[in-house]
Amino acid sequence: MKLQLHGIEKSFGALKVCRDISLGVNKGEMVCLIGASGSGKSTLLRCINLLEPIDDGKILLDGVEISDPDLDPQPIRQRIGLVFQSYNLFPHMTVLDNVMLAPRLIHKTSQAELRDQAEALFVRFGLTDRIGHFPDQLSGGQQQRVAIIRALAMKPEIMLFDEVTSALDPELVGEVLDVVRQLKSEGMTMVLATHEMGFAREAADKVCFLEKGMILEEGPPEKIFAAPREARTQEFLRRVL
Amino acid sequence: MQTSAAKNSAGAAIGAAPPGKSRRQERERRLRRRSVIVATISTFVVLLLLVVLIPMAPGWEKVQKAFFNGPILIKVFPELLQAFLVDLMIFAWSAPIIALWGLAIALCRDARGPALFPLRLFAILYNDVFRGVPVILVVYLVGFGIPGLGLPRPWNSPYLWGTVALVLSYSAYVAEVYRAGIESIHESQRSAAKSLGLSHAHTMRYVILPQAIRRVIPANMNNFISLQKDVALLSFIGPVEILRQAGVQKSLLANFTPYLAASIIFLAVTIPATRFADHLIARQNKERS
Repeated sequence: MKLQLHGIEKSFGALKVCRDISLGVNKGEMVCLIGASGSGKSTLLRCINLLEPIDDGKILLDGVEISDPDLDPQPIRQRIGLVFQSYNLFPHMTVLDNVMLAPRLIHKTSQAELRDQAEALFVRFGLTDRIGHFPDQLSGGQQQRVAIIRALAMKPEIMLFDEVTSALDPELVGEVLDVVRQLKSEGMTMVLATHEMGFAREAADKVCFLEKGMILEEGPPEKIFAAPREARTQEFLRRVL
Repeated sequence: MQTSAAKNSAGAAIGAAPPGKSRRQERERRLRRRSVIVATISTFVVLLLLVVLIPMAPGWEKVQKAFFNGPILIKVFPELLQAFLVDLMIFAWSAPIIALWGLAIALCRDARGPALFPLRLFAILYNDVFRGVPVILVVYLVGFGIPGLGLPRPWNSPYLWGTVALVLSYSAYVAEVYRAGIESIHESQRSAAKSLGLSHAHTMRYVILPQAIRRVIPANMNNFISLQKDVALLSFIGPVEILRQAGVQKSLLANFTPYLAASIIFLAVTIPATRFADHLIARQNKERS
């Protein structure tokens, strides 16, 4: 199994955000986390990327624990890509520099080679004409695609998407989801927190419904969407579909 | 006030509304014309009062001779301008040192981890002390105290210790501005850099600082405009710069006009610099909205 979560607990002060969350993600699998705002989806992703330290439980990547607080989180984060709802591109750099910054500082490859690799990514996701632009010259959809490219430039083994289409105008959602679909077809392992139920239903291998920091129900999308077992899941889906 | 009046009069000079203007435009045109008239009249009245009333004061003739003496002004001006070069020189080498040392202090203040606690403590104390003590006192204490140790030339130079005093004081202010800039960068930028696997140092160097420093350039310009004026404080410990030179001339000529001349020279630098800083701030506000 590529990624395993065992009994993850996380609180902010008195507020419990993740309660005993356990989850397994196979290589090449796409898992969608659904649930209301504040149900703990985003925090869980930030915990997997070690941006938030967990209080209890274990996170295993390729069977090796990465949540050990004695480990240096930097090299681990390099193996796990995270894309944010609000893109979080670096506004003072061109799009190309955004993508090349981390590989340039961390991988000791030559500038020319790094540039070739970055440009190849832009070709792959159809953004070559925007390479020299600054983030604020791009549409939201383009910025989010650049953010995905930036994460991919570190050659991560797994990608986490934190509501990556929630800040976008409806007509721009499609182009970003297309990138995610493309990554799936290329065999990337992915975990998405999302409100795009149609997309989750069509593309996910597994859907988890979170409420109050717990995975209340999980299963293949056809089961979760067509015949949810839990009353809370049924209610949530009735509201959003 | 005056500039807006000038703009308004330019607007009014365009003349009567061409046919086809809307009622709103017509009304705005009338309002504009009225405000130009009011501004002109009130400015004229104030100037008239100043010109009429001040010379009616009993000591005006003496003051005019002592402070607004035309021939003396012309006589001392070149010499003062020459002395002002010393101020510019001291400013020119102090400013970059302050910019760098201030940044170093700001970074110390932001240092993380228990091992670096002394750095943080140092930065906090430094800022408290040097923002709390008047610049002139620092100039006196450093400028007289350290050469008083009996150091040999050139280590007793008032230029050197005067510069050190300015650097000590102004770095504290500049550091606070940098720190405000660093804190103004949204946490999500740090998250993004961290999620890519960047270290704290790399995040600071490549993501946070470039944005923070750019954001506080206008605020720091105001600090450097103050510095430009405070260079004159070094006159108290020796260097013959413009204030000192004006003092010498005042004594020689038994007249205060040299101080007026010095003020004019300072204004010639600080007014354009302040306008430029204001312009930068306005542009930044526009970009943000």
